[in-house]
Amino acid sequence: MTAPLLAIEHLDVAYRAASGPRRVVHDVSFDVQPGEVVALVGESGSGKTTTSSAVLGLLPGGGLVEAGAIRLSGVDLAGWSDRRLQSVRGARIGYIPQDPVSSLNPVRPIGVQLADAFRIHGRGDRRDIRARVLDLLDRVGLDDPALRAKQYPHELSGGMRQRVLIASAVALEPELVIADEPTSALDVTVQRRILDLIDVLRREHGTAVLLVTHDLGVAAERAERVVVMQHGGIVEQGSTAAVLDAPAEAYTRQLLADAPGLGEHEFRHPRPPLYLRDASVAAAENPFALEASGLVKEFSLGRGREPFRAVDDVSFTVLRGTTHAIVGESGSGKTTTARIVARFVTPDAGEVALGGEPVRALAGAAKRVFRRRVQLVYQNPFASLDPRQSVQEIIAEPLRNFGIGDRRSRAASARQLIDRVSLPAALATQRPGELSGGQRQRVAIARALALEPELVILDEAVSALDVTVQARILELLEQLQGELGLSYLFISHDLSVVARLSHSVSVMRRGRIVEGGATEQVFGAPQHDYTRELLEAVPRRAAADARGASDRPSASSPASPASPASPARSTRKALA
Amino acid sequence: MSATAVETRPSSSAPQFATDGRRRLRGIRPGLVLAWLVIAVVLAWAVVPWLFTGQDPISGVPAEKLQAPSLAHLFGTDAIGRDLFTRVVYGAVHSLSGALVAVTVGLVVGTLLGVLAGSLGGVVDAIVMRIVDVLLSIPGLLLALSIIILLGFGTVNAAIAVGVGSIAAFARLSRSEVVRVRQSDYVEAAFGSGARLHTVLFRHVLPNSLTAVIGLAALQFGAAILAISTLGFLGYGAPPPTPEWGLLIAEGRNYVATSWWLTVLPGLVVVAVVLSANRISHALGRNR
Repeated sequence: MTAPLLAIEHLDVAYRAASGPRRVVHDVSFDVQPGEVVALVGESGSGKTTTSSAVLGLLPGGGLVEAGAIRLSGVDLAGWSDRRLQSVRGARIGYIPQDPVSSLNPVRPIGVQLADAFRIHGRGDRRDIRARVLDLLDRVGLDDPALRAKQYPHELSGGMRQRVLIASAVALEPELVIADEPTSALDVTVQRRILDLIDVLRREHGTAVLLVTHDLGVAAERAERVVVMQHGGIVEQGSTAAVLDAPAEAYTRQLLADAPGLGEHEFRHPRPPLYLRDASVAAAENPFALEASGLVKEFSLGRGREPFRAVDDVSFTVLRGTTHAIVGESGSGKTTTARIVARFVTPDAGEVALGGEPVRALAGAAKRVFRRRVQLVYQNPFASLDPRQSVQEIIAEPLRNFGIGDRRSRAASARQLIDRVSLPAALATQRPGELSGGQRQRVAIARALALEPELVILDEAVSALDVTVQARILELLEQLQGELGLSYLFISHDLSVVARLSHSVSVMRRGRIVEGGATEQVFGAPQHDYTRELLEAVPRRAAADARGASDRPSASSPASPASPASPARSTRKALA
Repeated sequence: MSATAVETRPSSSAPQFATDGRRRLRGIRPGLVLAWLVIAVVLAWAVVPWLFTGQDPISGVPAEKLQAPSLAHLFGTDAIGRDLFTRVVYGAVHSLSGALVAVTVGLVVGTLLGVLAGSLGGVVDAIVMRIVDVLLSIPGLLLALSIIILLGFGTVNAAIAVGVGSIAAFARLSRSEVVRVRQSDYVEAAFGSGARLHTVLFRHVLPNSLTAVIGLAALQFGAAILAISTLGFLGYGAPPPTPEWGLLIAEGRNYVATSWWLTVLPGLVVVAVVLSANRISHALGRNR
């Protein structure tokens, strides 16, 4: 075994607090060999970002390496001064930050920002640097580098900005690149291109990559070795294949089972609701909870400019008691569609029918009555709950708005709902600030259920949550659907989550629905190129297995039907 | 069920807030304590001045005129032998009640305008905010003087004039806060669950937008004391021999070369109170 490029030995990191130092990383040891890709995987708060920041000496204020060594080619960097570390940062260790939007200086052209890397480390004169910047921009796949170099960050898309950041990370051809969630803020197709780019650059220069990610799918697809972290410590580490095939620890097994793209789930074939099983009921009742037809919404871009068509002739239906998903990338119009259905946005054309009744023209009092039948759950549970109200007040609010019951009966209903979404009863008097993200999203779901709606719109309702929390919320949604016969309109960019929860799906692109139908059919045999592209972009286990094999396996079966007794499933059951 | 077991571990941001709160409770900030102490003493002066001094603020002993600070006369005496400390203590009620009136006028009218503009939007917003812009474009002292000339001299009128001057600041702040809160998901969620505009306004928007406004009120309290003293100094406030702080400093300026204490000591009291109000306002703002 060659000497490791980066060796972290018994690293302890703490943050100073009034109550004494709070240790957030303890006894973390792992190596990165030259040219190797190591993934550091864990939930938020597991200490993975703190660990990578410690390597760079970029711990936030109050952060302190208490013990342990960080050896780069055998030299211990821990305890080095900021000044001394500067000679290492950029030159020997490159860094790709998570958020491409806030990581570039908005008032300087990107070419100048890239040139900084060379200037700071005193490489080359002005003309030389300029040539190297253009070469870099070309290498990270930006078209017309000369033009791009003069552009400001706001003129570039998120994916392009991330390419610029990658360019600055690899500018000085470092031996190690630390990528901290490099693609978490990006769409799935862009994510794939960025990860491919990192792969290519790595192969060209033999750079080692420390990939920090919460997405086990990304880790499985790209990394040779995986380090799983939880609560600031290492749970398990080893080669990707070994860890994924035979996880030794319960936590790793749970992560695997919960990762939507990795765990093996069947497509949902629901027990048909009563009206479908009983022909007479079926004949009497409208089988659709929601029918949307020909929806159009345009946004004005100012005088003299063509209006932007966010939603263009969109039609879909949601069968009673089932989940219909709308998938697409950001900017595809899926959220606008959801907001039209929820009547927060009025469409320019088209009709929405709820249980057969047209609702588009509703206004005033009639619209308020309609609100009882459709509820929306928001993406960000940190913004959708009033921070000044208690959980019980939040959940009872819809009842109060419609004057249902008195104070005491409303409190009782709130307590029932808290129980229904599997939250401890003691939470009722707490405020959202004291709750975790998953708990808050449960509160939001309970509030949506308070009025016993027919349709619940879930707008990216699990996207902001860690995988294990996400999996629990999905289970809750499935369970509630079974118990209450709810219909869901599920808006998501995450195809693996959609594959798990939805019965039918519409794929949206640039305001139009390009393909729709039963989830199994659409994902199993996609007809449209765009659907295929989306499906291929989902990072998944299969690709990692194929590492070394001649080519990628067929991407047409992202979540192939598996027997219910597959190991992943039974593991999750055992833990639950 | 394992769900709760997994989720009860708070997310990364939650413990930070918790330790923040603990730090605030544990680490007593001496500056803030001092600020509250100053305000408490001055309030006590305003409410029960006779407990702090046994002398008369209006009639003096001519034989003891222009004495330097001593144990008998803490702040010295003025040109007609009145004890300056007594006058400062009895003056607190004028300055404080003036500041209170000024802040109340600014807070109530300004917040009302701001909340109306922020929650109704559209034409109302445009009209109200343009009026506020006009108010802001007039220098504060000029505005106050114009209003006093319209209303007549006197402590209360001076206070109202100062209050009108702070309407613009309150309106702008409360409008921006209301607009921020109105755009939040939880307000939309409230509408989505059937709440009407006034319900949302009182249940969600006001409680969440007023913290910053209260911080500003504390800041304005200090500023108002200063402004009222300025008006008193210029002779637009309380008439002599009222022991109002600004007036005290104005009366002392004729003797600034020989009897420094007549201007410096009341001036220091004003400085201490204004700084304390600022410190408290800062703390209120940070508690958000």
